[in-house]
Amino acid sequence: MIEPRILEVRTKILKKNDELARTMRAHFVEADVLVTNLVSSPGTGKTSLLRETLKRLLDAGEKVAAIVGDLETDNDARRLAESGAPVRQIMTHGCCHLEADMVQQHLTGWDLADFDYLFIENVGNLVCPTSWDLGESVRIALLSVTEGEDKPLKYPGLFNTADVALITKTDLAEPCEFNRELALKNIQAVRPGMSVLETSAKTGDGMDDWINYLKNMREQLKATGNTVAANNRSR
Amino acid sequence: MHELSIANSLVEIASEHARANGGQRILAITVRVGPLSCVHKSALEFSFDLLKQGTMLEGAQLKWLDVPVTVFCPTCEREVELPGIQRFRCPECDTPSGDIRSGRELDLETIEICQQATADA
Ligand SMILES: Nc1nc2c(ncn2[C@@H]2O[C@H](COP(=O)(O)OP(=O)(O)OP(=O)(O)O)[C@@H](O)[C@H]2O)c(=O)[nH]1
Ligand SMILES: [Mg+2]
Ligand SMILES: [Zn+2]
Repeated sequence: MIEPRILEVRTKILKKNDELARTMRAHFVEADVLVTNLVSSPGTGKTSLLRETLKRLLDAGEKVAAIVGDLETDNDARRLAESGAPVRQIMTHGCCHLEADMVQQHLTGWDLADFDYLFIENVGNLVCPTSWDLGESVRIALLSVTEGEDKPLKYPGLFNTADVALITKTDLAEPCEFNRELALKNIQAVRPGMSVLETSAKTGDGMDDWINYLKNMREQLKATGNTVAANNRSR
Repeated sequence: MHELSIANSLVEIASEHARANGGQRILAITVRVGPLSCVHKSALEFSFDLLKQGTMLEGAQLKWLDVPVTVFCPTCEREVELPGIQRFRCPECDTPSGDIRSGRELDLETIEICQQATADA
């Protein structure tokens, strides 16, 4: 009889996703498309921010598209399509995050050459999306002023894979008694040096900085074929 | 519950490796996990126990290999271990550091395989 033996495998469990994401990122970069993955809790304001963003980029003559993940509905996709940009919906049917192959399938029939920016709205969830690289060049962790300042301390995993923390709904900061200094301190506690942006999709405050950030990232992508993000996630 | 999706990949990868090495059954697997992997171990155990049924992993034990979070401290000029994940500062000198060196792991480390299809064959 042959004894049981122990095999060294030493493989990332999500290797298949990682490999696909890497291939996708290479295609995006080659086509000069800046891909942005938006991650936050449900209701933080991803769709509202994205709708404003699509509008502004379209007005500036940029070519944009969006893919939006949702558990069961296509409400967000319809809201985004109002901007006039091509939008596709990934209905995850209970799956709490997007995976690279879902994104890939929903790109079918689109020509990347037609886009400058592609946005992916992840499923509203602060934990699950963290582990799946979607081939994005930029990952944004959103937190709204209505959610409390300690979100970064509760979900350090997300803040450690994101490139920017974006504070949303800043128009509500005062009524919510949002302690901005504390929020910034907590972000820096879990991710020293992390860039922070602040926006209100309602009043438009901070939108210019956000749009400029995206434009800068795209320039960087075109110039170097790389962004901070890609380095950060491929450990 | 993203652990279900992770357990699915786990079963797939372990089976592939076992088959490639002439294994009929997998008796145990070891998973290396860091606190920044965002995985709930009990949720992954639960999902794994569910998905292993009817596969060559049926009855297989899931063992953990915990890795700490470490960062490189530019002041101490070495890798230091953090006591938690809420505060990315060197425990020795309090210098902030986001230069993570370990703690994100989610790897299948080893599998214990057996060349017989059943335990008493
Ligand atoms: N006052 C104010 N309300 C906002 C702002 N952004 C979003 N909201 C409101 O917050 C609610 C949720 O916004 P959404 O944009 O749908 O949030 P989401 O993150 O896409 O939500 P899910 O897709 O369900 O995860 C809506 O009622 C929005 O009108 C903002 O900047 N200011
Ligand atoms: Mg939404
Ligand atoms: Zn130190």
